[in-house]
This record gives sequence, C-alpha cells and structure tokens, in this order.
Amino acid sequence: MAEEKKAARKKIQASDLMNKIMSDYFYNLHEAATSGKQKVAWCTSVGPAELLRAMGFAVHFPENHGAMLGATRMSTEMIPEANAVGYSPDICSYLTADIGAWIKKITPLSKAYPGITSVPKPDVLVFNTNQCRDVQDWFSWYSKELGVPAIGIASPKNVDEVTDSHIDNVTHQIEALIPTLEAISGNKLDMNRLREIVALSRECTELWRKVLETAMAKPAPLTFFDGTIHMGPAVCLRGTREAIDYYKILLAELEQRVKDGVGAVEGESLRIYWEGMPVWGRLRQNSDLFAGLHACVLASTYCSSWIFPSFDANDPIRSMAKAYLELFIVRADTYKEKYIKNMLEKYHIDGIIYHDAKTCPHNSNNRYGMPQRIEAATGIPSLVLSGDLNDLRCVSDEQTKTNIEAFVEQLQERK
Amino acid sequence: MTDKTSRTFSGPVYVGLDMGSSRSKVVAIDGAGQLLGHAVMKSGIDFSRTAKACLNTALEMAGAEFGDIAHAISTGYGRTNVAFVTEESKTEIGCLARGGHHFFPEAITVIDIGGQDNKIIKVGADGHRLGFKMNRKCAAGTGAFLEEMSARLDVSLEEMNDLAREAREMIKLGSYCTVFSATEVLECIRNGKNVNDIVKGIYYSMIRRVLEMDSLTDRVVMTGGVVEHNPYLVEMVTEMIGRPVFLAQHPQLVGAIGAALYARDEAESAKVKASKHSKEGKRNG
Repeated sequence: MAEEKKAARKKIQASDLMNKIMSDYFYNLHEAATSGKQKVAWCTSVGPAELLRAMGFAVHFPENHGAMLGATRMSTEMIPEANAVGYSPDICSYLTADIGAWIKKITPLSKAYPGITSVPKPDVLVFNTNQCRDVQDWFSWYSKELGVPAIGIASPKNVDEVTDSHIDNVTHQIEALIPTLEAISGNKLDMNRLREIVALSRECTELWRKVLETAMAKPAPLTFFDGTIHMGPAVCLRGTREAIDYYKILLAELEQRVKDGVGAVEGESLRIYWEGMPVWGRLRQNSDLFAGLHACVLASTYCSSWIFPSFDANDPIRSMAKAYLELFIVRADTYKEKYIKNMLEKYHIDGIIYHDAKTCPHNSNNRYGMPQRIEAATGIPSLVLSGDLNDLRCVSDEQTKTNIEAFVEQLQERK
Repeated sequence: MTDKTSRTFSGPVYVGLDMGSSRSKVVAIDGAGQLLGHAVMKSGIDFSRTAKACLNTALEMAGAEFGDIAHAISTGYGRTNVAFVTEESKTEIGCLARGGHHFFPEAITVIDIGGQDNKIIKVGADGHRLGFKMNRKCAAGTGAFLEEMSARLDVSLEEMNDLAREAREMIKLGSYCTVFSATEVLECIRNGKNVNDIVKGIYYSMIRRVLEMDSLTDRVVMTGGVVEHNPYLVEMVTEMIGRPVFLAQHPQLVGAIGAALYARDEAESAKVKASKHSKEGKRNG
C-alpha cells in the first residue's frame, strides 16, 4: 500500500544564507526605487537581465513576485481583482495575481521584509516573449498604469533547432533596446561590463546545473520542491557575484550529502520527474505528501530552465540571444521530447508527472499527446495532474492526493 | 461469486470499505474471496457512522461478528474516517483495479462512474495497473451530474433508467459544464420536449464525457453505482463503442471487494512472514 506517514524532510542548511541574500536583494531594490539613486528595470525571467545589469539598473522580476504571491497563498484573493478589469481567469495567473495585488496595493514583500511597502516602481519595463505573449500584455498594463515605457523582444516560438537566423533576429532586437535603455539609465553601454556580467551569469547557471545534478545520486540530496525555493538567486541574481558565492556553498552541502548517502526524502524508493509549473500554494503540502510515500520528486524541466550553457563573455549579445532562444519553453515538441527522455535516463526516473496548469498552456506539455508518446517510447508511466501555478480555485486537493497516491501505488507495483 | 446470506459462517472475514462521496459500500469476504455480506448506504455527512451501520449490516449478512474481522482496508473519499475498524487505506483506483481483475482475470480497461469522479483504469493480464485517468476537476459525466439533472427534471434517480429506455429520440446536450447543461435541459422543458428524450440525451452526454478521458483497450469492464442502477446506460456504452461491456455481479461493490481482497492478501502475507520468523526463531534457538 502507498503508506503515508509524517514526512521527515531534511532541511538544507544553506537556506538561511539564501534568505539573507534574497533579503539584501529586495532591500536594495527598495532603496533604488525610493531613493532614486539607481534606475529600476522590470524584466521577464528570461529577458535581457544581463544587459540591464550592465547598464546599471536594479532589476526586479515580476514573475518572481507572482510566485511569491502564489507561495504565500495570497494570489487566489488577488486574481479576481485583475479579472474584474478585463484580464480573464484563463490567462497567466502570475499576471492576474500580480496586477490584482498592485490594484489592491498589497505585496508579500511587506510581510517578509519590514519597511518595504510596495514592489519597486520601475523606470522601464523590459520583456522577452520567449515564454509567452502574456508577459508583454502584463508589462503593457503597467506601462499604461505607471506611464513608463515597455520595450522588449518578440521571440521566435516553437523552435526545433536554434539556427543562425533565429539568433540574428534576437540579437538585432537586443541591440535595438540599447539606445532607449541608455537614455533612461543615463549610462552608455560598456561592453566590457556586459562581458563581465555575462561571464557571471554563465558561472551562476553552471553552478546551478551542478546543484541540480547532485540529484542524479541515489538517494537524491534535494527535491524539486527544494529546487523551486533555491532557484531564487539563479532567477533574481544571475549576473552577480552573490549568486555564485551562494551556489558554491549550496553545492558543497549537497555534495557532502551525496558522499554521506543522505537523501532529501527518508527511505527514497521512487524517483519522480516533474514536468510543468509548480503549484506554488501547495509546495509544502505536495512535498510532504511525496516524502510520506517515500517518493522523491527530484528533477524537473522547470528548475532546469535556468541553465544557460550558451552564455559567452567573448560574444555577449549574440550569446545572450542564443541562450534565451535555447530555453525549453521556446522549443518545438520534437526537441522537448528528446530533452525529457534524456532527463528521465539521466536521473533514473521511475515515473513522470505532468502538471496541467489551467492558466499556463505553454508550460503544460501534456496537451498535445506528449505523455502518451514519451510513455510509449520509454515505458516510464506518467500521470497528469490538473491544477494551476497560482490560482488555487483550479486545484482540487482531494483529487491531487488520490492521483498521486494511486500513481505511487502503480509505480510500487512495478518495482 | 455468489451471495451467502445464511448465518452459518465461522472463520476469519476480510472487510473492504469503499467510502464514496455519494454512497458508502462495505463488504465482507472469506479467505477464498467469496462475498459473504455487503451493504450500501448514502454516505451523508458522518462517514464514520455510515461505515459502522454498513459494517454491521454486512457482518450480519455474513453471519459474522466484529471480532471475526481478520483485516480491513478502506478506500474512497472518506477512507480516513473509519479508524474504528482500520487505519489502512488504498486508493479507489487501486481497489477498482484489484476488484475488476478478480472478476475478469485478464487484461482489462475498467470504466468507473462514481458520484464525484470518473476513472478509466488500464490493468495488465497479470493484474498490475498500467495507468489510469481521472476526470478533471469537473462534475461532468459523474453521478453528481445525474443527480443535478434529476432535480431539474423533477424525476427520481430510480425513474431515469426506464425513462431513457422508452425514449423515441435523443436530445443532445452540447455543453461540458453541468450548470450549462442544466440550462439546456431547462430550455428543452420550456420548449415542451419529451422528458424521455431529454433523459436519454443526459445519459449520452455523461458517456461522452467519460469516453473522451482515454482510449479503451482490451476487455471493457464497467463499475460503480451509476452503472449498477442504470443498465440502459451500459447498453448505450456498448452501442457507442461497438463491443461488449462486462459487469461484475455487483458493479457498485467492485471497489469495496478490491479493498477486501487487499485486506485478505495482506493478512495472509503477514501470516506467512510470522510463520517464517517463528520457524527461523526455532532454528536459531
């Protein structure tokens, strides 16, 4: 039987340091926005953050704020506010939660970081639609609301192999942003500074890759749920020394766990891959549920999406374009399937869970027959969970629990 | 499998409790897997009380007492509310697969229509589950849909089967959504459509919602209370998929019987382990 008991989850010691780094990051942003000493740019999570940092902007990531709204379970109360001004409950619930929170003048930052009363007011909004069109609509709303420019990159989508012409296209679009950003920041772009930032981003994401790859060990020293928290610096601080220093410490801790044979989940008996967005408001609940069943969700496309092997300090802008294009979500299903099959093999996976997030079609890879194709090719069973990243009205806890328990039973029968 | 209703049974019984969102089903079986007693009641708001009432009835029918229970396993929505008899549970998906394969020991596809959710479960020839699908977070195609429609039409659930069978035509409902479907039904009533034809359309809509969940492979077995009480719905499924549908003697009890079979298997496995330890102990001593 799928025996569920109180889970023994192992705390990652580096967490305290990460909390300090993230706290410094948010207070710096707050300082920049309130003192006017530094210009603030909002950037989509795989937007041209390297360029913005090189030009001296303090960079805020609204998707990170959306995830915080989800993780604090504030989002479901905020989303209807955005629905009421014309943003459908069927579109990105990061967008609706974030805009709703702005309308209600509420932010989870206030509770986590006393003294911060608002997200940092931007001087410019910079998007990359490599993830979805919603980010452009999201920034357009703020552009109108705050009277600041929204500029960005309209990315190719559904790309199988990334070609020179794709890279040329995005390179030109990044270059076209520079004059506007120079005018807003008051700084000319220093190519040497950009090279440094790109080198730092590359080092950060390489370390993040090594962190995630420690989960190849049996038992895995970290879970997907740990990853969604510890990716904070890779998302918000790539291109900085702080992120690199943090991941060196985290990596050392996890490598020690591997040496000592310490698993994140006590008595790991099943290894599961998570495809799709996290359910932010149910991280703890899901983490406990799997741990109680001795099943370790240890690898994911989501956490691995912040690995950018193409960043190259010698050719910064073009390599940024390539890195942003190589992102999983930009790619066609042919590429995605190869990628997932490789991950299943690399991490010795027993079963794969696809999260069908109601408001995130681009990150719900179960909708065009992929689970069936991958299962037929690999023999690895799959489960589709209906839910959402942020809108808990789309989540049925009882159905989730039954589905996960039944899937674990099924996988155990195969052992 | 046949019912035994005389009070002549003596020996251990194994109990399965399927605490569904709509109905609670409890069975008692013997070591050979024979059904000795069973009960079905509306789950209501107190699962524990309903489970006790069902268990008493099932045990009485089996001619057994509480003390005769060698092991029990629960399943279903209220599976954690029956601590008075067991704290061990399995998912209804597991129990339906186990029960279905018990009656049809070959590769099967189980279609279960429950009060709140539907499942399609693929089971291999060896009884192992190959995969399953549950309906998304929506009542379309479930027993709850039928209950809602029965209220709208002001006909009892019991009447619906015969009404559908007597339909001359079928009124198709276009919507996924239970509430929107209800609106369509209201429109049909307002337009003076025949109730029989509407009920047949309701059955058709339910079946479509279920069949779109997954492909059907191997022998198709249907389970659940809706199937047990609406044989015409099974006939419609047979016609729609173009091949026979198989039913256990009590389709509504298949999940509970699966749970009871797990209880028996676990008890026997524990007995074997205990006996092995005891022999080893004697050897070592």
